[in-house]
Amino acid sequence: MSKPADVELISVTKRYGGTTAVDRITLRIKAGTYCCLLGPSGCGKTSTLRMIAGHETATEGDIRLGGAVVTDLPPARRGTSMMFQNYALFPHLTLVDNVAFSLKMRGEPKAERRRKALEMLELMQMSAYADRRPAQLSGGQQQRVALARALITGPQALLLDEPLSALDPFLKIKMRQELKRLQLDLGISFIHVTHSQEEAMALADLVVVMNEGRIEQAAPPREIFDRPATPFVAKFMGDHNVIAGRLGPDGRSVEIPDGASFAMPAADAAPAPGAPAAIAVRADRIRIGDGGEPGFGFTGLVGIVEYRGQRVQVGVTAPGIDDFSILLPEASFFGAPLKRGDAVPVHWQPSDVHVLGATPA
Amino acid sequence: MTRILSRASAYLQALPLTVILLFFLVLPIGMLLVVSFWDYDFIRMYPDFIWLNYDEVVNSAVTWRVYGNTLKYCLIVWALCLFIGFWVAYFLAFHVRTLTMQMALFLICTVPFLTSNVIRMISWVPLLGRNGLLNQTLQNMGLIDEPLEFLLFSDFAVILAMVHLFTLFMVVPIFNTMMRIDRSLIEAARDGGANGLQILWNVIIPLTKPGIAIGSIFIVTLVMGDFVTTRFMSGGQSASVGSIISNQMGLLQYPSAAANAVILLIIVLVMVGAILRFVNIRKEL
Repeated sequence: MSKPADVELISVTKRYGGTTAVDRITLRIKAGTYCCLLGPSGCGKTSTLRMIAGHETATEGDIRLGGAVVTDLPPARRGTSMMFQNYALFPHLTLVDNVAFSLKMRGEPKAERRRKALEMLELMQMSAYADRRPAQLSGGQQQRVALARALITGPQALLLDEPLSALDPFLKIKMRQELKRLQLDLGISFIHVTHSQEEAMALADLVVVMNEGRIEQAAPPREIFDRPATPFVAKFMGDHNVIAGRLGPDGRSVEIPDGASFAMPAADAAPAPGAPAAIAVRADRIRIGDGGEPGFGFTGLVGIVEYRGQRVQVGVTAPGIDDFSILLPEASFFGAPLKRGDAVPVHWQPSDVHVLGATPA
Repeated sequence: MTRILSRASAYLQALPLTVILLFFLVLPIGMLLVVSFWDYDFIRMYPDFIWLNYDEVVNSAVTWRVYGNTLKYCLIVWALCLFIGFWVAYFLAFHVRTLTMQMALFLICTVPFLTSNVIRMISWVPLLGRNGLLNQTLQNMGLIDEPLEFLLFSDFAVILAMVHLFTLFMVVPIFNTMMRIDRSLIEAARDGGANGLQILWNVIIPLTKPGIAIGSIFIVTLVMGDFVTTRFMSGGQSASVGSIISNQMGLLQYPSAAANAVILLIIVLVMVGAILRFVNIRKEL
C-alpha cells in the first residue's frame, strides 16, 4: 500500500461543447478523508470524480495528488483507482483474474499476481469464490470484488462512483458500513459520489454539496446539516424549512412576498434592504402552539401528515409559505393528533433561526 | 377439460413451425440420404441400398483434391474475412462516436449487398481481365510489360470475389457483439493500466468471440457450399465440392450427387461443431 495523499482541485472546469458541467471548482481533500460528493443528477459530481480519476480531461484548472500535478496523466499513473458504478467486472474472467488484471497489465509473473490477488480476495472475504465468474455473484459480492480490484494497485485515493446505488436497501446499509471500515483500516482517502444525503451523512468526514457544476458547501456532515450555507443545501439535505424573501428595512427580518415578516439575526455584512434573503429552521425545532416571540412563528393549516416511525412529519401551509413541515416526536403527535385542514399556530426559538447565504457565484 | 384444451393449444401453436421444419428441412435431407444409396444409369434411378456412390466419392483422387481445394478456399477466405471484418466492426463500434454516424456507415457497408451475387462477381471482370482496367493501368504506368494473368480466372480471383461477397457476414455479428460491450469495461481496463493493445487483447477480443464464431459459421457454410463463384471466377479451371455436385446433377447422376452432398453436409457440421466447442454463442442468440 502506498502512502495516503491529499487530493486537490484548483479551479477545475469541465465543458462538453457549449455546456459547462463543472464550473471552476476548488477543493482540498486531506489524506485519509472519507469525502462524499453529493448532489442531484447532473450537478457535475460524477464529472468531477472522473476528472480526478483521469477518465475525463479537465478543460481548465489543475488536479494535484500528494503535491504532484496529475492533470494530464493517464488514469493508471495517477495513484488513484476507480470503482465503477456497475462495478465493470470483466465478465469473461474469473474473480482472481479480475483482481489480478492490473498486475497482468504491468507484466507481473502469473504465480506472483495470482498470490497477490488471492490475498486481496481474502481481505474482502471472497477467496472462496476465486475461480467463479462475476455473473455468478450477488450484487454485494460483486462490489467486494470490484473493491479488491481497485485496491490491488495500492492507490493513494480510491474513487467510488455511486457504489451503493445498485444494491437493495438492507445490503446498502451493510456495504456502507464495510466501506467505512475499509477506509478506516486503509487510511487512504475515499472519494465517493452519491445522490443520497443519508449515505453522505453516514459515511463522510467531508461532504461536498454540488449544484449546477459548483460547490455549494464543503464541510463536515454535522455542519452541513446544522448550518447549511445556502437555500439549496438546506433543501437538499432535507428536514429544513427554508423561508425565502427580501431583507426588511431594519436588516433584521425576511419579508416574504405575501407581506408576512420573520425575524432573523443581523447579517455580518449588511446588505441593502430589499436584497434577497433566506432563513432556515430545522423541522424538528419547530413547536406547535402559541407562545412564540413575534417574528418567530405563524399560523397555518395542516396539510399532509406522514408517519415516519419515531417521528411524525406534519406539513403546514400558510399564504406565501408552502413546503413547510414539522417533525414531531411520535408520542407528542399522538398525544394531541392533528388532521388535515386544522389551523395551528407554530413557533420556534430565536436561536434556531439560521441565516442562509446566497449561492456562490 | 380446460387442461386438455390448454395443452392442445400449446401443441397447436408449435404446429406451424414443426410443419415447416419437417417439410423444408427434415424431408429434403431424408430424401437426400435415401437417394444417396440408390443405383442409377444414364436415364433413371433405381431404388436400392448400395454403398457404391460413397465408394466412388471416397476412392477417387479427384474428389479428395477437390475437397482439399474447397477447404483451402474456406480457410483463406475465412482468415481474410475475419481480419477485414474485425477491423471494420472495430472501427464502427469504437472509433465512430455518434450512434447516427455508426448506423449510417453500417448501412453503407450493406449497400453492395442489395445487388445480386452474380452482378457483383461480373463487375470484377472489366477490372481484372487480361485487357482490364488494372492491367492496362499498370502497363501504361510501365510497371509491367505483360498483362498479369493471375488476376482473373484463377484462385486469386475466386478468393477475392468470395471475400468481397462474404465479408459483411463477418462484420455484422462482430459489430453486434462489440456494441454490447459495456464501455465502462474499457475504462476499467484503462484504470488498471492497460494500453490500447492490451485492452484489445485482454478485453475486446475475448468479449467479441461469440460474434467471431457466428461470423465464422456463416463464412464456412457459405464457402463450403459455393459453386457459382468458384466456377465463374476461376473460368472453370478450379472446382469446389459444390461444382462437382452441380456437374453430377447436370449428368443426371442424382444418387452420386446426393452422396457427395451428404459427405459435404457432414464435413460442414463437423466444422461448425468445432467452432461451437471453442466459443459459447448461446448468449448472443
